[in-house]
Amino acid sequence: MDKCIACGECAEKCPKKVTDTFNAGLAKRKAIYVEYPQAVPLKYAIDAPNCIYLKNGKCGFCAKVCPAQAIDFEQKEKTVRLQVGSVILAPGFSAFDPQKLDTYQYSQYQNVITSLEMERILSATGPYHGHLVRPSDKKEPSKIAWLQCIGSRDINRCDHGYCSSVCCMYAVKEAVIAKEHSPVALDTAIFYMDMRTYGKEFESYYQRAKDEKGVRFIRTRVHTIVENRETKDLSLRYVDENGKALEETFDLVVLSVGMETSKELAAFAGRLEIELNADNFAKTDCFSPVKTSRDGIYVCGAFQEPKDIPYSVMEASAAACWAEADLATSRGTLTKTKTFPVEKNITDEEARIGVFVCNCGTNIGGIVNVPAVAEMARTLPGVTYVEENLFTCSQDSQDKIKDIILKKGLNRVVVAACTPRTHEALFQETLRDAGLNKYLFEMANIRNQCSWVHSKEKDEATAKAKDLVRMAVARTRLITSLGQPTISVEPSALVIGGGIAGMTSALGLADQGYAVHLVEKQERLGGIALGLLNTWKGDNVPEKLAEMTKRVTTHSLINVYTGATVKASTGFIGNFETTLSVKGSDRLLKHGAVIVATGAQEHVPQEYLYGQNNRVLTHLELDRAISSDDPRLPAADAVAFIQCVGSRESKRPYCSKVCCTHSIKSAVRFKKINPEAQVFVIYRDIRTYGQRELLYREAREKGVIFIRYDLERKPEVKNDGDRLAITVKDHILGRDIEIHADLLILAAAIVPRDNEVLAQMFKLSCNSDNFFNEAHAKLRPVEFATAGIFLAGMAHYPKPIEESIAQAAAAASRAAVTLSKDRITVEGVVSYVKEFMCRGCGECERACPFNAISVQETDKAMLAAVVKEALCKGCGMCAVACPTGAASVHHFDDREVLTMVETAFEY
Amino acid sequence: MSGEFKPKIIAFACNWCAYSAADLAGVSRFQYPPNLRIIRVMCSGRINPNFILKGFQNGADGVLVAG
Repeated sequence: MDKCIACGECAEKCPKKVTDTFNAGLAKRKAIYVEYPQAVPLKYAIDAPNCIYLKNGKCGFCAKVCPAQAIDFEQKEKTVRLQVGSVILAPGFSAFDPQKLDTYQYSQYQNVITSLEMERILSATGPYHGHLVRPSDKKEPSKIAWLQCIGSRDINRCDHGYCSSVCCMYAVKEAVIAKEHSPVALDTAIFYMDMRTYGKEFESYYQRAKDEKGVRFIRTRVHTIVENRETKDLSLRYVDENGKALEETFDLVVLSVGMETSKELAAFAGRLEIELNADNFAKTDCFSPVKTSRDGIYVCGAFQEPKDIPYSVMEASAAACWAEADLATSRGTLTKTKTFPVEKNITDEEARIGVFVCNCGTNIGGIVNVPAVAEMARTLPGVTYVEENLFTCSQDSQDKIKDIILKKGLNRVVVAACTPRTHEALFQETLRDAGLNKYLFEMANIRNQCSWVHSKEKDEATAKAKDLVRMAVARTRLITSLGQPTISVEPSALVIGGGIAGMTSALGLADQGYAVHLVEKQERLGGIALGLLNTWKGDNVPEKLAEMTKRVTTHSLINVYTGATVKASTGFIGNFETTLSVKGSDRLLKHGAVIVATGAQEHVPQEYLYGQNNRVLTHLELDRAISSDDPRLPAADAVAFIQCVGSRESKRPYCSKVCCTHSIKSAVRFKKINPEAQVFVIYRDIRTYGQRELLYREAREKGVIFIRYDLERKPEVKNDGDRLAITVKDHILGRDIEIHADLLILAAAIVPRDNEVLAQMFKLSCNSDNFFNEAHAKLRPVEFATAGIFLAGMAHYPKPIEESIAQAAAAASRAAVTLSKDRITVEGVVSYVKEFMCRGCGECERACPFNAISVQETDKAMLAAVVKEALCKGCGMCAVACPTGAASVHHFDDREVLTMVETAFEY
Repeated sequence: MSGEFKPKIIAFACNWCAYSAADLAGVSRFQYPPNLRIIRVMCSGRINPNFILKGFQNGADGVLVAG
């Protein structure tokens, strides 16, 4: 594997074509292949069951053409024994196979495809290069239908009672992207039962898809698909909400398939002796959402429960957090540190540039005239040494480059080869081995961006390669050694908010051995959870909360400050100084990281007689009434719940996520206490995602009545003697019905707290709903854009306890990445300010997305911008914003960039 | 030389997205005309309007900022 240069010659010559499973079977690949173009490491592998040589001992074309001698047919599967302290399971899911369902004729009708096939069709690296065509005749479709809940929420035909959680959102996304890809006015329709867009920013995406993009949403289950044998178009038959039978024809039908655990994975879990639940997902509980039934084995992602990317990422970091806590005493015991010689000071030297031009076997050399490129390089000013290599990246070439740097006294190096994205670090290490600063290096990309993309135009490719080398050399004459300062780290964290999220983060860090300052505004730890009774899985919240609080207050590394607020904070990653106001007096703390876990609160409803009739309660009030044995509860003959009170409306467009589950859990409770009681849930979409769906089914089985309403016609609530009268239009009956209830429970929205103060203090951003914004919605769900500050719990978005805990443990894990280091090394490519040119206008401060530059008073009592190098990502926006030219970026200053523009076209 | 107009194009590509996309085009062997010169920057936010003018001044027929 070390030798493979991913040139693809082997796959080019391999005679065996195999169905490409990555492209969902829509394309062919060879028996030697990379699974997908973004694969890391980018190395080819032999698909043994399909390899002609491995089966018959004949062929071996790949080995003959491989320029790097990377093919070894003798490699055998090896059993490796590892001694480990903990195990994290992240095996993912299998997509449901719709062949099992005869309704959709997936294996018979060519234009019935799965959502994964649709993903590949829409992808630029997919089977049709991102052109939206249908499989039967490669015609561009003008009408596409998506059918939801295929293999989910269906116990009759596939035994998957759960909701797969992600399909509503991906179907909406596919419909929007398909419209963008299509050259015609594409008609898209999504056939669904409940639209479950409960994630952060999801509801507004759904609304935009509907209102602005014109995606049609049809609430029904399609019962029959009939194919027109000639055109291969598909006719969908269904019954609408009013009971009317309808039929509509589409060019392409996408089945939104759900997630399941494969039989192999279930068997693997059996060998690991971890318990699975009835749906074959790893069994966990809400207060330890990534711990399996076996100590030391953790789980994350869709094997725990169907879920999307951000929550999979959170769980992954959470699993790491708890594994790190288990292994805290042995941290660092197996690590090795490499040492380098002292760097040579080249400040006063003339440029002595060495240029190494790589053939990459025939990948570059077969197209670009490498000797001609090398010859040209010899003529360039500053170049004192030029060499061609078969493979510049091979180990013997590294040894040779190091040798030549020393012998020839080179002080800068240019490698013309593949791409810096994969190989810059390797060559930089070679420079460091030879005593040169790693920034005295530049690559010319003559493979990925030249020979590979101009393989039919050899002369032009050669001319371009010469230009690229000349540009790189011109730039290299100007680049200089850069320092990489290190900064110390205060190995403790400030956690703001003492609810479930804050306490989980505090424990996660303290259990790993870091001191924590936990700040809670109230006199008591616990936050919103103090008012909750049970989780949907039945965990007793007061008991678990008491255990957690006790662990926090007795932990030797956690300092708890109740009745405390954060007054002011300065500093940056590794080195924060924060002033707390604790019961009126100030306390100064030093810490290396911050976790914001300030939570959210329940909205105070303004409608449905709330506040006017004491029979109208919110969720939290209901839980309090239950725990205080309110006599009205067992006495109630009829109870109604109204959903989306203050959520999913123009003023507050997001879904509050937790309310459907909380209402249904409470409805079931009423039915358990008094099976004769009438219980109504008046809803817009039931969003019991994942296995919460089982609770919804239980409620229906127990006789809870679900009545849907539209935003345009909300239910009306009136006083009715000592009861309440609720009028709502029933969609099935098509007329108003009146419900008489003893109690009305409002699923009040979850609203953000006043996040403005902390946002200002730590320079954090909030979304349009006033929840804090994470650095990246999918891949960095617990980090802020500003380094060293992390986010957990409902301050990010409404979420149930298990998700708050996972996110909080994830935040602790990410914070520990910083706290575990004695010092942080800062990259050399950072901004700097020439103070004498700065007039302190602050344009740079406003432009910086990372809070890395700010105007401060100098010792000469002038205003000037100062860069916090630890926070700077080197993007250079300050340099562009600066009106005087005082701000610039090391390694990418104006001259270093513009010299490449000046030398771009000479051949 | 044919009389066909082949515009010279300078592209400023963000290291984290557009530049790696150009690499991926190579991995996928997508073919495109060779009269493009890509200059890597750490962020498209680094591109000063002057850089674009400088491109035209140095004979480019088009300047692409991708990020």
